Amino acid sequence: MAHDATPAGQHAPGAHAHAHPTGATYLKIFVILSVITIIEVWAYYIPSLVASPLFNPALIAMSAAKFVIVVLFYMHLKFDHKLFRLLFAGPMIIAAATITALLFLFKQLSIF
Amino acid sequence: MSSHTAEGHAHTHHTTTGLDNRKIAIWAFIGSECMLFASLIATYLIYKGRSLVGPFPHTEYVNEAGKIFKPILDIPVTSASTFVLLASSFAMVLALQAVQLKGVPLPANAGWWTRSQRSSQLWLGVTAFLGATFLGFQAYEFTSFVHEGLTIKTNLFGSTFFTLTGFHGAHVTVGVLWLMSLLFVDRSRGLAGPSDELLVDITALYWHFVDVVWIVIFTLVYLIQ
Repeated sequence: MAHDATPAGQHAPGAHAHAHPTGATYLKIFVILSVITIIEVWAYYIPSLVASPLFNPALIAMSAAKFVIVVLFYMHLKFDHKLFRLLFAGPMIIAAATITALLFLFKQLSIF
Repeated sequence: MSSHTAEGHAHTHHTTTGLDNRKIAIWAFIGSECMLFASLIATYLIYKGRSLVGPFPHTEYVNEAGKIFKPILDIPVTSASTFVLLASSFAMVLALQAVQLKGVPLPANAGWWTRSQRSSQLWLGVTAFLGATFLGFQAYEFTSFVHEGLTIKTNLFGSTFFTLTGFHGAHVTVGVLWLMSLLFVDRSRGLAGPSDELLVDITALYWHFVDVVWIVIFTLVYLIQ
């Protein structure tokens, strides 16, 4: 079901116009999020997968994918003004850098 | 307060950015919340695996008296609560869409799904209910952990776990109260028009943020061993 309605305050005069995702798209996104979650939990119960060095990176990658999907489509950041992207991405970069730095500092992560 | 012209999205008032200040404020707030949760997550990860006594999250623990503590995390229950929170985000986008579509005529051959998508009260109610359900799962989890011997004072895992998930639960609680107040407004005078769209949009942004934080917590705390 397509529509043209857009929340107030999202577009400055002269800014780009667009249609937000439809109800069907939101449903597809929900299904994708659910499937990724099922894969994550399924992997948790497979000892050979848990023992693999790729287990943690794979889980983090799937979690990051879900995070990005929700932010881009449910929070509409993909379609919104770039200032909102900046307001979110800036602190996210600082947050990720802080976590990484602290994990190295406290030796939970190491290069060698 | 902004309002749309008949042509579309032009605003009757001007800000220096051309954007509504309240929406800029919620994104700035979400940015600051990212850093708050980053500090809590970093603290959890730094102390991960450094507890001297159990119970432990993923491994069994036997204390000096010979008492056996099973791995404390209940992945099936938490997976169910994660699914509930994901579903609440889906309901929230439908609530926002329903408010945006107020005044747009329904197609003559609209089915039940199309019709149900127009009910903002339905989807706000579903979102609040699912949020409350998530809180119920969390209350059950916290209670069972305490019964099994893990409190915020037991070990480093308990301290960081209860702090991180407790902060998240507090945010969900605020979100549920916020949703219920919106539902009350919707029932009393109806939510319609650009100003109300913005109110629901801001609520939705907060709610989705709470969801994405849980996506990270679920992986880092519950699944990574």
